[in-house]
This record gives sequence, structure tokens and C-alpha cells, in this order.
Amino acid sequence: MGDEEPPAGSFTLSMITRKILLLKGVSGMRIGIPKERVAGERRVAATPKSAIQLKKLGFQVAVETGAGEAASFTDEQYISSGAEIVEADDVFQCDLIYKVNPPTEEEVSKIKEGATFVSFLYPAQNGALVKELSQKNINVLAMDMVPRISRAQSMDALSSMANIGGYRAVTEALHAFGRFFNGQITAAGKVPPAKVLVIGAGVAGLAAIGMSKSLGAIVRAFDTRLEVAEQIESMGGEFLKLNFAGEEDGSTSTGYAKVMSDEFIQAEMALFAEQAKEVDIIITTALVQGKPAPKLITKAMVDSMKPGSVIVDMAASSGGNCEYTVPGEMIVTASGVKVIGYTDLPGRLPAQSSEMYATNLVNLTKLLCKEKNGEIDINFEDVILRHMSVVKEGQITFPPPPIRVSATQTSKKETKQAEPSETPVKEKKHRSLLKVVFGGLAIVFFLWLGQVSPPEFLSHVTVFALAIVVGYYVVWNVTHALHTPLMSVTNAISGIIIVGALLQMNSSLTSVKILSFLGILIATINIFGGFTVTKRMLKMFTKSKEV
Amino acid sequence: MSQGLVTAAYMIAGILIIMSLAGLSKQETAKRGNYFGILGMAIALVTTIVSIELDVESMAYILVAVLIGAIIGILLAKRVDMTEMPELIAALHSFVGLAAVFVGYNSFIELLSDHSFVGSMLNIHLTEIFLGIFIGAVTFTGSIVAFGKLHGKIRSNPLILPYKDLLNIGLVLVSAVLIFLFISAGASQSGIVYLAIMTAIALFLGWHMVMAIGGADMPVVISMLNSLSGWAAAASGFMLSNDLLIITGALVGSSGAILSYIMCQGMNRNFFSVITGGFGNEGASGEAEEMGDYREISPEDAAEMLKGSSSVIITPGYGMAVAQAQYPVAEITKKLCDQGVNVRFGIHPVAGRLPGHMNVLLAEAKVPYDIVLDMEEINDDFPETDTVLVIGANDTVNPAAIENPSGPIGGMPVLEVWKAKNVIVMKRSMSAGYAGVQNPLFFKENSYMCFGDAKTTAEAILNAL
Repeated sequence: MGDEEPPAGSFTLSMITRKILLLKGVSGMRIGIPKERVAGERRVAATPKSAIQLKKLGFQVAVETGAGEAASFTDEQYISSGAEIVEADDVFQCDLIYKVNPPTEEEVSKIKEGATFVSFLYPAQNGALVKELSQKNINVLAMDMVPRISRAQSMDALSSMANIGGYRAVTEALHAFGRFFNGQITAAGKVPPAKVLVIGAGVAGLAAIGMSKSLGAIVRAFDTRLEVAEQIESMGGEFLKLNFAGEEDGSTSTGYAKVMSDEFIQAEMALFAEQAKEVDIIITTALVQGKPAPKLITKAMVDSMKPGSVIVDMAASSGGNCEYTVPGEMIVTASGVKVIGYTDLPGRLPAQSSEMYATNLVNLTKLLCKEKNGEIDINFEDVILRHMSVVKEGQITFPPPPIRVSATQTSKKETKQAEPSETPVKEKKHRSLLKVVFGGLAIVFFLWLGQVSPPEFLSHVTVFALAIVVGYYVVWNVTHALHTPLMSVTNAISGIIIVGALLQMNSSLTSVKILSFLGILIATINIFGGFTVTKRMLKMFTKSKEV
Repeated sequence: MSQGLVTAAYMIAGILIIMSLAGLSKQETAKRGNYFGILGMAIALVTTIVSIELDVESMAYILVAVLIGAIIGILLAKRVDMTEMPELIAALHSFVGLAAVFVGYNSFIELLSDHSFVGSMLNIHLTEIFLGIFIGAVTFTGSIVAFGKLHGKIRSNPLILPYKDLLNIGLVLVSAVLIFLFISAGASQSGIVYLAIMTAIALFLGWHMVMAIGGADMPVVISMLNSLSGWAAAASGFMLSNDLLIITGALVGSSGAILSYIMCQGMNRNFFSVITGGFGNEGASGEAEEMGDYREISPEDAAEMLKGSSSVIITPGYGMAVAQAQYPVAEITKKLCDQGVNVRFGIHPVAGRLPGHMNVLLAEAKVPYDIVLDMEEINDDFPETDTVLVIGANDTVNPAAIENPSGPIGGMPVLEVWKAKNVIVMKRSMSAGYAGVQNPLFFKENSYMCFGDAKTTAEAILNAL
């Protein structure tokens, strides 16, 4: 590498200047954030924080008045983060429209020609809506169509909503359940911990497992995809294995589960029936892509549960996993089991879900606008954008060509990784064995030393060993920032060797005296130098308040 | 003074010295810790001087020696630049080593006329003398070379003699043979010959070992020498049957050992691989690799970018120390803080040439210590950071450590600066870092290079703010 003149980079100064101008707020396209009009919807597609981030990418942000109200974001907050507050009709005149729910017919008609519209769309279920959107010369991206690849995780709104939903499902269950989740031993008696069964360990299921676990419940979980067993265990749940002869795995290349064979389903149902009698809470999240949710919890199973038990059916919006489920409602069965079928679980944490959804949108914006100049480019070379696109310039682009994502498909890679992982384990074992051997040898050595050496020497060895132990514990406590002063102090105190030289000064031999003299001299340099420089250094360390 | 009183006084001194190290655990208690150390040392000195019956002449010698030593020590300590701390520390280590050698020889000379040691006690005493001198001599020359390398008097590149590892092992084996000859010779004149040969070998060993280690491994070397100087003091304590020396020596020894361990962890290398030679010979592979284009930025634009950020992290390295850029950097920090920008520092454990070196430099320039954070404390915050300013650091911010696990620095913990939105790298040129690997960070699309001497560039940024 040349040490001299650095060759000029390919990046021109004017581009940097433009970027700086953008940082200062001179802007490009306008992003409109309409108020959500679906009944009961409390989320919003931008927060004051995300507005700042969007502005940094070079965009202007226009928020419909009152859009954030239900999620506790006031118009003033949006204004102070640099967004403008506009009326409903104006919002749809923006070049880019970010929304949570699919647009209504009226909203579609208001979208300006050439604009880009982004929201949850569920194009597979909403064929009519897609057709309607394609009547206009606009671009439409569906937030529910973000492919499940690692690069796209930061904009995967389904996952972030599922995470919130899983959390909320547990709090709903907790609210409806008349008991503690954690076990307690109190003066008023012993309370056993609640038992929670989570069916389906996707993002929502895992969030529910983690939340239940942190509330102190015993958590069991089931999923047809064997690959998630590890994830369940990592969240503190116990993976229920099926008593099933055939080796069947529900994993697919899309990251969703597939429909299983009849034998498998029978074994699965037997497991649920057995668990239902035992657990207090069941949270179901089982979905099969593009199909109604599988019915996993029969009426008979619910009736076999203890009175006061709770079922939260997170699949309620696509029909529900429980036969009792009424979408959008909580019902109490004749046997006293509560079945919750709320379909707006993420929306019940409006501020949180708005924030995460808005962040997903910001990340999408970064992908759309790589130049950070406030202009977007829906580049079909990028699989993420290709997959999300439903309509481009008036042409329907749904369904997208398939992409393979699941970890099982990359099994080649996995086996490669699995191999080296064995060696460290071996090495660890090897090391701990070495430690034992060394420890043993050290003990034998000390015993031998004790046997052969005079007691006076042994007492010094004792002092020495104890001092090392004390030093070990004391020095580990020293903060990183003070390692230099630590060294200078140890420099100073190792000048203690002066004591040796002093004691030898008493000698009658001249040669000894001379060496002692020199020894004292240099050890003193250490003592005085070390302490003085330490003092000087420590004086310089000041906290911000003192400055 | 009765022997009991002396022992009690030594015990108090020992406890004060332990408390002095304990005080260093936090900035708030560190000053107090230093005073404890001074107090402990004063008690030890006064007790020792009072406890031995000295004639006036010896007393005068002691006073003269202490006076000269004190003046030199204080002057050195007051004058030294904070960037030169590693040199000072290395010099002080060499003094301890030399003093240990003197004390060892004295013990042996006295042993010749003193016949109170017999049997196993004599053997033990001879072993102590031998080890004390050996460790002292290695510390002495090792520290001198470290001093020379840090000071630029000796080339900092590793010196690789042919068969250097074999040579080291051979020398240690010869010393092991010598110790047996020495013990079997007993307290006789011939012993001094063995001692002299061993001393020569130890002096060479210390010189050779540190010569073979490159500049950026200095944090490990200095810590190791710190540890050795402690063991040398402890060995002297055994020689003189003095518990205070043993305690202090053991404390210093374990402190240095822990620091060496922490430094090795910071580089993801094991201690022996550092001691047996530098990076240079193994990992020059990635050097010529073309990594694409990089972008340049002027100090003025860098200043604009800093102003437009809401959070900034500065990650300094040895380059900041070399250029003495800590003052303008501190001013930049202050200006940005006044403008409401959240500025913090991220310090890699092996940044600089001494454990904790960067912290001292920043403290000197009056950067408050509560915004100076360790790597572990700050690494998660990079994704939320607008701009990172890398000043004279290279390997400690190299993404190759994570992206290329089989590379020369693979697995080394690094500051993950590239996760921030923008990275400004202040560097003299595009040359590779100490590990000899090119840094992909410079070619990332969110990083901008700002070439030039760190101090000049920092001042230019400061003026533009």
C-alpha cells in the first residue's frame, strides 16, 4: 500500500455537499401519513422519531391532523420533529403514502397518479382491492409481503407486529386468568406456577413464550417445524416432542409451516388433548400460509380444561385455531374457560406497534432511497422490493416469483458450520482436563514442599500465596480506564524493594554497601516517581459536572 | 524497635498497599487509594530504617541516596508528557529489575561470610537468590528495550533472529542447569561464577524477548514486565525473609499478570504467541487485495457532518497519541456538546501502547471520564449513532475481525463502528495497520477518509465548527 499521496476517491465533493444539505433539511419527495380510518385502529404509520429519520433521508413528511392521537403522538410532537400537519385530502396528494391498513375504496380514488402507496395489503386475500389499485398509474408495495430473508428483517412488519401480538396475548391471558403466573410460597399458602402451552413458535409464539417465562410460568411449546425446537428452548420454553413414528418436518422454504399428514395430525391432537387437561393457559398462533387457520383445539379439549383457564387464539382473524373462538371477542364457555379471539392484539399497544411499524417503514425507505436524496427507486433487481411490489406503474406484479429462505434449505452450509463447532467443545474439555492436571500437580508440589522445607520458609510461602489471591481479586475490580494509573501505582509500590537494599546497608562489606546505595537510589526514583505521576494523572480524571 | 512492633508496622503497611489498589477500582476513590499507597510506603520505610541499627555514616548514605532518588523521581514524574507514559512506566520497571539484581548479589555476598544457613534452608536461600537475580535481570533489559522501542530509539519492528524460539528455550535450559550447579557449589566463591553466567544469560534473554515483539503488542509486553518486576520484588522478599516485600511483590505480580491477560483478550491472541513474536510474519496476505473505492472528505465537510449529527462516537487509537491530537479532539467534543450533540468516546482495550493509555490522554485534555466508555459498554450503541470519528485507529475498528474469521485478526473483539450511519476516518494514509491486514471499513459506502496528521486535521475540523 502506498504511504504517500492517496489517490482521489471516486466520490465527488458535490455529492457530499448535497448530503450535508440534506442533513440540514432541504428536501425531496413528500411522504404522506394519513389517519387510519378502520374502526378500532389506533396505530399510525409514522412517529415523531421516524419523521426525523425520514427527513434525514431527504424527504418531507406530511402528517394528517390527529393521525397519531390514538397512539399518544400529538400534532405538536410531529411539528417539532419537522413534519407538517395537513388535512386528509392533502395527505393523499403526496408522492409517497405510508399507511397501516389497506386503503378503502375512497382512499384509493384520492391517491395521486404516479404516487407510491405502502401499507399492509394481504394481496392474496384482497384480489378485488389489488385490481382496483391497478386501475391507476401508481406503485403499490405490501408490507406483509416482505420476504423472510435476513437482509429484510429490519423491515419485516409482520414479525414486529407478531412480536407485539405475542406479548399482548400473554398480558390478555394474565388479565383474564384469576391467578398468579409465577409460583409463590407465602404465609397464606403455596401457589404453584401457572402452566402455559404455546402452539406455533413463530415470532408471536416465541414472544409469548419469552413473556410467559419472564412472568414466572412454566412454558411448553409445540411446533410442527422441528428446526424451531432450539429457539423455543432459548426463550425458556420446553419443546413438546410428538410421539410419532414417522420423521415428518413441517418446515417449508418460505419459513411458514405446511399442512401435515393425517397421522401426524392425529398424534398432534392427542398431545393437545393430553396437555389441555394439565395446563392453565393455551396460546395458539398456528397459521398455514394462504389457508384458513387449522383447528387444533376442539370443543372437547376446551371442556376438559380446568374452570378459569384461558385460551388466547392469535389466529382468530383467519378463522381461529380453537373451535370456540369468536373473532374479535372474548367468550366464556359453559365450563368456565375463557376463549379470547381478539384480532387487534398489536393495536392494543398502539404506541409500541406504531413505533416499530414506523421503524420498519424507515428501513424500507432506506432501501428505496439509497442515495439518501429524497428520491425513491423501486428496483426490481432487489428481491425484497420485487417481492413486496403488488402494482407497478399500473401493472399487477403479484404474485412475485418465489424465493427460498428457510434455514433447512441451506443445510449444506449448516453441516459445514456444525463440524468446526465440535472442535471447540473438545478443546474445552481438553482444557478443563489440563486445568485439573495442573491443579493436581500444584497440590502435589505444595505437599512435597511442606514435607521437605523448614516451617519458616513455609510461612513465607503462605503469605505469598494469600497475597496473590488478594491481588487477583483486587485487580480484577480495577476499571479499564484506570489501568495506566494502576501500572504507575504498582510501579511505585514495587519500589518496596528499597526495604531489601536498606537492610543490606548495614553490612560491613564495602561492595555490599555500594550496591545497596545504588539499589536505594533507583528504588526511591520508583517510589517518588510512581506516586507523583499517579497523583498527576488522577487529578486529570474529572466528571462532566465538575468541568 | 522490637521485632513484634516491626511485624505489626509491616502488616499495617501491607494492608494500606492492598487498600491502595482497591481504591483504584473507581475514579471516585482512586485519589484516596494513591494516598493509602503513599502512607503504606512511608510506614514501611520509616519502620525499616528505625529497625536496623545503623552507624551515622550508613545513615548519611541512605539519606543521600533517598534524596537523589526522590529528586530524580519527582522531576521525571512532573515533566513527563502523558503521551510518554508508556516510556516512563517501562523505565520504572527496569529500575525495579536492576534493584532486584543488586539485592540478590548482596544477599549472596553476605552469605559468603554468614554461616547461619545450613542444610535445606541454605538450598532454599540459594534458589531464592538465583531466581531473584534471574527475574530481575530479565526485567531490567526487557524494560530497557521496551523503553527504547517506545521512545523510538530502537526500531519497533520485531527483530527475528534465526531459531529464536529454540534459542530462548536453550537459554532457559542452560539456566536450569546452572541453578543446580550453583546450589551444589553452596555458599562458596565458585558460586559467583555461576551467578555471573546466569546474569549474562538473563540479561540477553530479556533483551532478545522484547526485541522480537512489535510496537502494537507493547501493552502486553509492558504488563508482562510489570508482572515480572513484582515477582522480582517477591523473590527478594523471600531472600530477606521479609513478608512485606513478599506481599507487595505478589500484588504487583498478579496485577501485571491480569493486565497481560486482559490485553491478550483484547487482541484475541494467546500470551505465548505474543511473547514468541509479532504479527508481521504470519499475516501479510490481505495486503495487496483491491477492496474498491474509498471516499475522501475535507475537514470542513467533516465538521458539517458532525454538526448535523445528533449523536457522535469518537474512537481514538495510537495515532491520536502520536500526533498529540487529544487537545483539539477535546475541544471538538466540547463544542459539539455545547451544540447539543451527544458525544461519547469508545475505547478499545488495546488502543495505545499501555493499558488504559487513551483514558489518561483524554483525561489530560479534560474530557470528562463519564463519556469515555469501554468497548463492551458502547458496542451496542453504534447502530443508533449518526457519525463515528475514528482517529488514528485501524485494527481495533476492522470489520475483517468479524467478517473474515479465518484472517489474521479474525475473532479479535473490535469496535463495530461501521454499523453507524456515517464513519469519518482520520488517518495519515491508506497503509495497513499493525496486523498487516487491509481494513474493509475504509471502503464501506458509509465511510469517508480524512487524510493527514491527526492533530492538524482535528484542528481544521475544530476551526470549521
